[in-house]
Amino acid sequence: MSPIDAKTGREYWRSLEELADTEEFRKFVDDEFPTRSAEWLHQPNRREILRLMGASFALAGVTACTKQPPERIVPYVKQPEGVTPGKPLFFATAMPLNGYGLGVLGESHLGRPTKVEGNPDHPGSLGGSTAIAQASVLGLYDPDRSQTTIYRGRISGWGKFIAAMGMVRAEQLLSKGAGLRILTGTVTSPTLAAQLDEVLKTFPSARWYQYQPVHGPKADVSPVYRFDKADVVLSLDSDFLASIPGSPRYARDFISRRRLTEGQSTMSRLYVFEPTPSITGSVADHRFPVRASELDGQAKAIAAAIGLPVGAASYKHADAIARDLKAHHGASIVIAGDWQPASLHRLAHAMNEALGNIGNTVVYTDSIEARSEDHVASIKELTGEMNAGKVEALLILGGNPVYDAPADLNFGDALSKVPFRTHLGLYNDETSEKCDWHVNEAHYLEAWSDIRAYDGTATILQPLTDPLYGGKTAHEVLATLTENPDQTSHDIIQAYWRGRHTAEDFDAFWEKTLNAGVVPDTAAKPAQPPKGTSETQYAAALNPSTMELIFRPDPFIWDGQFANNGWLQELPKPHSRLTWDNPALISLGTAQRNSLQNGDIVELDFGGRKLRVPVWIQPGQVDDCVTMHLGFGRRRTGKVGDGVGFNAYELRTSDAPWGGPGLRIQKTDGRHVLATTQDHHAMEGRNIVRSATLEEYKADPKFALKASEEEFQARSLFPSFEYNGYKWGMAIDQNACIGCGACVSACTAENNIPIVGKDQVSRGREMHWIRVDRYYAGDPANPESLAQPMLCQMCETAPCELVCPVAATVHSTEGLNQMVYNRCVGTRYCSNNCPYKVRRFNFYLYSDWYTESLFGLRNPEVTVRSRGVMEKCTYCVQRINAVKIEAEKADRRVHEGEIVTACQQACPTQAITFGDMNDQNSRVAKWKALPLNYTVLGELNAKPRTTYLAKVKNPNPEIAQG
Amino acid sequence: MTSDPVETQLTVHDPDGPVVAPGHSYESITEKIGAIVITLRTPRHWWIGAGIAFLVVNMLMTAIAWLFWRGVGIWGVNVPIAWGFAIVNFVWWIGIGHAGTLISAILLLLKQDWRTSINRFAEAMTLFAVACAGMFPVLHLGRPQVFFWLFPYPNTMGLWPQPRSPLLWDVFAVSTYGTVSLIFWYIGLIPDVASLRDRAPQMWKKRVFGILALGWRGSARHWFRYEIAYLLLAGLATPLVVSVHTVVSFDFAVSMVPGWHTTIFPPYFVAGAIYSGFAMTLTLAIPLRKFYHLEDFITMRHLQNMGKVMLATGMIVAYGYSMEAFFAYYSSDKFELFMFKNRTTGPYGPFYGLLILFNILIPQLLWSKRVRSSIPALFIMSLVVNTGMWLERFVIVITSLHRDFMPSAWGMYYPTKWDIMTYIGTLGFFSFAFYLFVRLLPAISMFEMRDLIDKKAGKQVVH
Repeated sequence: MSPIDAKTGREYWRSLEELADTEEFRKFVDDEFPTRSAEWLHQPNRREILRLMGASFALAGVTACTKQPPERIVPYVKQPEGVTPGKPLFFATAMPLNGYGLGVLGESHLGRPTKVEGNPDHPGSLGGSTAIAQASVLGLYDPDRSQTTIYRGRISGWGKFIAAMGMVRAEQLLSKGAGLRILTGTVTSPTLAAQLDEVLKTFPSARWYQYQPVHGPKADVSPVYRFDKADVVLSLDSDFLASIPGSPRYARDFISRRRLTEGQSTMSRLYVFEPTPSITGSVADHRFPVRASELDGQAKAIAAAIGLPVGAASYKHADAIARDLKAHHGASIVIAGDWQPASLHRLAHAMNEALGNIGNTVVYTDSIEARSEDHVASIKELTGEMNAGKVEALLILGGNPVYDAPADLNFGDALSKVPFRTHLGLYNDETSEKCDWHVNEAHYLEAWSDIRAYDGTATILQPLTDPLYGGKTAHEVLATLTENPDQTSHDIIQAYWRGRHTAEDFDAFWEKTLNAGVVPDTAAKPAQPPKGTSETQYAAALNPSTMELIFRPDPFIWDGQFANNGWLQELPKPHSRLTWDNPALISLGTAQRNSLQNGDIVELDFGGRKLRVPVWIQPGQVDDCVTMHLGFGRRRTGKVGDGVGFNAYELRTSDAPWGGPGLRIQKTDGRHVLATTQDHHAMEGRNIVRSATLEEYKADPKFALKASEEEFQARSLFPSFEYNGYKWGMAIDQNACIGCGACVSACTAENNIPIVGKDQVSRGREMHWIRVDRYYAGDPANPESLAQPMLCQMCETAPCELVCPVAATVHSTEGLNQMVYNRCVGTRYCSNNCPYKVRRFNFYLYSDWYTESLFGLRNPEVTVRSRGVMEKCTYCVQRINAVKIEAEKADRRVHEGEIVTACQQACPTQAITFGDMNDQNSRVAKWKALPLNYTVLGELNAKPRTTYLAKVKNPNPEIAQG
Repeated sequence: MTSDPVETQLTVHDPDGPVVAPGHSYESITEKIGAIVITLRTPRHWWIGAGIAFLVVNMLMTAIAWLFWRGVGIWGVNVPIAWGFAIVNFVWWIGIGHAGTLISAILLLLKQDWRTSINRFAEAMTLFAVACAGMFPVLHLGRPQVFFWLFPYPNTMGLWPQPRSPLLWDVFAVSTYGTVSLIFWYIGLIPDVASLRDRAPQMWKKRVFGILALGWRGSARHWFRYEIAYLLLAGLATPLVVSVHTVVSFDFAVSMVPGWHTTIFPPYFVAGAIYSGFAMTLTLAIPLRKFYHLEDFITMRHLQNMGKVMLATGMIVAYGYSMEAFFAYYSSDKFELFMFKNRTTGPYGPFYGLLILFNILIPQLLWSKRVRSSIPALFIMSLVVNTGMWLERFVIVITSLHRDFMPSAWGMYYPTKWDIMTYIGTLGFFSFAFYLFVRLLPAISMFEMRDLIDKKAGKQVVH
């Protein structure tokens, strides 16, 4: 009788084996964990154990590294100082912005990029970076990023896209591409340029247009500046320290001529003419506020004084400035801003020529861009073709023209007339919404590509991780138009570069290039400079009685592409210290004339287009000129950026892309809350930022110490602690700080600092551990503008340590004030007692504990803080400890320069220095021994370890103005 | 047992009036005071008042629940003003408590008869005020769930609290204060509770009072030991009147914030505490005597004396304010000078103006005997003084913090509705507790009142 017959009723059997009731089955059931490996039947010996451990260790890496790209990527073998080999790996790549590359190193923890640093070997950064670069890693993990290919609002796939493009190709081949149009931003990528060439050869009637909102006038040659060789710089509304492709390098070079830390006795001199405060303007020795539309008058006057044959208006300082420029023949620079018309650039060039700068401080090279053109004219032409029905298939590779194209073109409407429209984008944004196909783009940290920097140096971008969402690059999308549509970016890039090298040395070349992040010998070659001009095709005399409106890219949101980057939204703007908004900047005079206060809503009426925006009174803004920053008022970018700010593009038309006169403003009854992180910009007589002129400094090098009661010797009843080991200290050179905010952004990335949102910022709860305070002194119409990075001063007699009831903040034997998150109960007495107010409190649970895509972003070496605990700068103690551990293993002391804090590393001008004060040869010890060195609020006797070098300016004695 | 004096002679030594109205006997005192407790009928005014107070207590519970759920960010605190209403209210409540202890302990040791009828409910006021105050240091923590780390207990972390911090001294001061006050108050209640045990008609009340009375028989031996214990406790509680608020003032004085860091704070705070405490005692005494017809026991003499103490302590507080101004000028310290200028003319300047008006100017009316003898005037005065003292703590905490050393960090403090709800909630808690006390326990010390008329009858000398 079979066992099943013996069963009555509802007795279920689990398997045939049970039914059969076999010996094996019974043993299986008895064994509690049947699927594990067999038991050790003998005592394992040491070798076996070690072998097992070794295997598990090796395998452990495998599970974590699922995102390692399948192609071979090459780590940066020459580790920058301060990094422990074997721990995070650094990969050289480049961050594209506006089509130009900034060489960076991506720090990767187990296959997850967590931080971006400058690449010391890259000429464009020399190790420094920018606030945008530091925040770019957040963009990789942005949960609102587009994660899939979409066709007409429904999820599709790359394969289907290739098929669709295949049909387009077939169709367009018949007409030689008569209906095919491609729209990109600025292209400097050699591979992309080559691909576009191929496409245009295959489809001779196709056209390639370029548009990005922030771009200078068309230029057949690219100027490369040598600020390190310039004694005098005249900037005509050029924010060269922060807003142009070479800015990090220019900032480093420029500041190198202004330092007084190595016993220098001369400084360069900077004159800036600008309508609205910029980073460059705040560093200037002489800053002249002038309306953008009137700038050429003053420029012409200076040109005439130099000796150029231009008919000029007179300008009182023209002679003095011209004398200064001529006195430094061949060692000066005249530079015009990208938002000034081509005519002013020609004038600037003529001045450079007359001053002998060409070939010395100003070098013209072959255009670094694949094709430099007037972007506004380009998109205007494209729109015209779209409206005329000539466009059958349009590929938009990156960018967001529906949002940021000139408003009068109505690009969005024109787009709907195109039968086949594709947008490649990081976000499913305003442009993707109007296109049939949206292909999700690969972020630069997960992409193979290449790009050129401000001087032409090429970098091959290598991904630090496999694309998180299968994103594609412009290369891959363009390749779908070829016979070989399904190529990977890696193969495309490699094929291009293989074509330039012989077979034998290609592999070595590839390794070395990826390793260093720089393709050698790719700096652009000098070119024939443009013909000097004395033609005066300047803008017609403008009506000075109307107000003017000028557009500027937002310092951190730029043209709107970073609107969903919370770190950049919350990064306080350098001058207004505002966050999460872009009010119209007006001068105090304009405000008084119109009875306006901060936050009042006005209606801007420009060229018949209207926009309601709040105003902000900005010291240093020229009268009758309103600045609107681009990049806000987005509708479709993500939870962070949607609806934030006001869309200035609605006022921006193709005939005045950077604005112009003809603005009318009308006060309304509305009010708008603006969240600023600094309400008070005067120093109230407290000597916080100490400055003097170069002459005053030479007469009395100790002026900074005389400025306060600091001459007294700190008194104490108690013997002071002997710091005989390491004695960590930091010094900040205020002469080098340009106020760019890269340090704040870097600190946020390194230390897992949360963002709190606009409402909380307006309540005074922002979480930045370092902040760059902005003080104004003097005439509010054109004040002296002083930036001061403020972070935990690591006071030796810290007021905060005294008052914590639970000893959650204590002092280390090396001088660090330590914050113990686990012990903090949150009484906040330490914050009250801190005179510098550098402590930050988690009033709510600010850290995002739930969004999964952000888990990979966090630096694993730093705690993520919860609700109710205090936090503050730690001098990057995780970096200090990592280096100390390695030094201890090697039985040596930490070397000077091995430890770099995040803020120090990011600073493009190397204004921050950190190290062991007990090491007499360290830079920090040397800086602290300078007469310029002082402590902020030193009279409080807190004995800070962070000290500052006073600011010295070099005004022209002939010009009686600060 | 002494004989029950049928009549008491009123001598005209005291121009303010008698300490006890004439015509009372032991029995009448005990009966009148005890009746409030053991009566079966709870008066309607009690239900209304206690009912409202109970609703406000619920509001407090809501505010606290939401605080624990979301975090301390629901309040208006930020950087630089990291302490707001919570600390203002903490100091205010603790200050109020000091009057009760002064009346109970110091006036006892100084043999002031007029403390007799007010000391019981004043001491109850102290206890409830300390309870309200004690909530705030826990509520305002970022991590209230680990508030016990502020206490020194052997733990697995091997850590003790940090003894140089004034907040830790607060922990000891306030807990000592609460403990001693509770014991003192309870010991004082024992003979009265025993009386009620003997007189209560219902069995269950007899049992409850019986347990609370701890077996009191009123024997000579009991009384002998009792008097000694009572005096010892008074001696123990006396220094607390000065020390507790001194320690609370150290929360500010030990820091370096301009406007906080000043040596005058200990006496200034103590004087202010007694000031506001007497004001609150008046606020409680006046309705109590009216609604429960206790005018014979809480006489005009008491009210006027409380008015005089208010005036005296108000003058000390005024001296404190003027010294602050003088220090600012005399120090030539730019931070101190700015602090004073900002306090008087800055964004919170009107609060300072109101403060001077309420704490210094209006109370000068108390010089007038007419004002001191007018019950409505005294009642309003007590509310004015308490408001003024709250404003004082607000001005000290908030105006000093909002603009201190670094101008780039200056900010503003705006209380949120949760701040206000929590504060009013504690007022409700205090009121509710007081209502319960009045209903369930003798609000005036019966045995001490009997002792008082006994003294007067026997010795013919009345003070």
